[in-house]
Amino acid sequence: MFLSRVLLKRHSVLPGFDLALGFALLYISLIVLIPLSAAFLKTASLSWSQFLTATATPRVLASYRLTFGASFLAAALNVVFGLVVAWVLVRYPFPGRRLVDALVDLPFALPTAVAGISLTAIYAQNGWIGQLLPFKVSYTPVGVWVALVFIGLPFVVRTLQPVLEDLNEELEEAAATLGASRWQTFARVIFPILAPTLLTGFALAFARALGEYGSVIFIAGNMPMVSEITPLLIITKLEQYDYAGATAIAVVMLVASFLILLLINLLQAWARKRQGGL
Amino acid sequence: MQVNPSLRRFLALAALTLLAGASHAKDITLLNVSYDPTRELYVDYNKAFSAYWKAKTGDVVTVKQSHGGSGKQARSVIDGLEADVVTLGLAADVDALQTKAGLIPADWQARLPHHSSPYTSTIVFLVRKGNPKGIKDWDDLAKPGVSVVTPNPKTSGGARWNYLAAWGYALRKNGNDAAKAQAFVASIYGNVPVLDSGARGSLITFTERGIGDVLISWENEALLASKELGTDKFQIVSPSVSILAEPPVSVVDKVVDKRGTRAVATAYLEYLYSPQGQEIAARNYYRPTDAKVAAKYAKAFPQLKLFNIDDVFGGWTLAQKTHFDDGGVFDKIYTKQ
Repeated sequence: MFLSRVLLKRHSVLPGFDLALGFALLYISLIVLIPLSAAFLKTASLSWSQFLTATATPRVLASYRLTFGASFLAAALNVVFGLVVAWVLVRYPFPGRRLVDALVDLPFALPTAVAGISLTAIYAQNGWIGQLLPFKVSYTPVGVWVALVFIGLPFVVRTLQPVLEDLNEELEEAAATLGASRWQTFARVIFPILAPTLLTGFALAFARALGEYGSVIFIAGNMPMVSEITPLLIITKLEQYDYAGATAIAVVMLVASFLILLLINLLQAWARKRQGGL
Repeated sequence: MQVNPSLRRFLALAALTLLAGASHAKDITLLNVSYDPTRELYVDYNKAFSAYWKAKTGDVVTVKQSHGGSGKQARSVIDGLEADVVTLGLAADVDALQTKAGLIPADWQARLPHHSSPYTSTIVFLVRKGNPKGIKDWDDLAKPGVSVVTPNPKTSGGARWNYLAAWGYALRKNGNDAAKAQAFVASIYGNVPVLDSGARGSLITFTERGIGDVLISWENEALLASKELGTDKFQIVSPSVSILAEPPVSVVDKVVDKRGTRAVATAYLEYLYSPQGQEIAARNYYRPTDAKVAAKYAKAFPQLKLFNIDDVFGGWTLAQKTHFDDGGVFDKIYTKQ
């Protein structure tokens, strides 16, 4: 901390670094750390065996698998198709582009319950899409994944767009004149520049999906061991007035999410470095 | 939820100046924290009570309503929502106000007649028109090939009543053999494709999504649904035996003493037992407890054998602990397979 402070201070043109840092730390503490430490304190009231009973029963373990697995797959799909969407929106002017651009934000703005109910209706076996599909979507883990893909899309697109806009087309042209194939241009020139941003988009979509409750609850079917997400089990514990048990599960989720996000950040730093600083 | 204090002060001052002490009428607000399906009932009832109280005392009472899942509502009150009265879905949730926060005395349920339940309901089946699967009683719900919709008892008070009704039927049929009852209830839940988190969610799954052959439901919800959605689509089947669901009411002592509203809050609940209050309950599909009003509305509610939770399960606290708490019978049904 000290070292970085000295370094930053030397490079900064604007004054007021100490004050800004103080504000930043105070703000983070008030908004993030204090509520979270309350969760840890509540959990501390449990004994070790109570903690395990609350957080490691087969039913809870099944819900971790679903929540982390579906969130991961949803974020992964969004990285692929979010890149395509962002690329099209930035590179190809077409009629109605502004409209499509605005549509991308809808999953942000829509109340999650509305999203959940609409998705359930569409993918139910008597719904528009559901009746065309040979397998069930609503009320299965697949439905959970569909809802998470829906809410995660804007995170990837909105993170990528500014970077794509700054991407110099001359780089691609240079690659082409030097004899690179189209695939080589993408894999060797464009992708390395985008990789850190793709990871950021992935991390945001993934983190959002982990905590999602409102939309998933309608489409999941909530069958124990099969389609129960972890946030539902937290609510279930609260229904039994088991505040400590509920926060214990929350703490497990928090720690796991934090470790995953930290790992993504490290990956990102590594990708940046490989690219030669920035 | 409450009127802004400075606004209230301004209004009071304005009223004083205008009337110059000519009237002593008070403006009183009450907050009734209730559960989901009572929304329509209390809209009607609050109007009637305000009129009654105005005629009796001259004071103007405005009753605010808050609705949500019964357990969630109880938690809000425990966490500090200033409810003058609670009118919840099951006694366990009112008990929690006593055990978790000491807001009411332990003997709260003895303070009003009929275990503090001014109206009752029961658990019935809603089936599709013409009853294509021929569902008549609980046994039909356990048969293979029948799809049953009911919410998750872990998150829904209504779902707990559904579960206990099935369990009570099985006990009665099998000479109080708990193992057989568990197997019976397990085979019903084996037929459940979706466990929504609340009763309204299940109703939507059944009616709008077209899932399931039968919905296990509160009688009042089933009556309301079949009226709102059209009797040409759904019909109600009453099983031979079901549970007497008693949604209890209570004054929240700590709150009314602090706010000085004990008299009016108590009157609010007592008026539910009056013929007028009972009529309103009956019109909103709750079974009245008053014999005269019940006789008048006898046609609306089919006769079936009803058993009481205290007699069969030894009360809510015990039922909750045995069946629905983590590691209880309901969890075993799902984790065994």
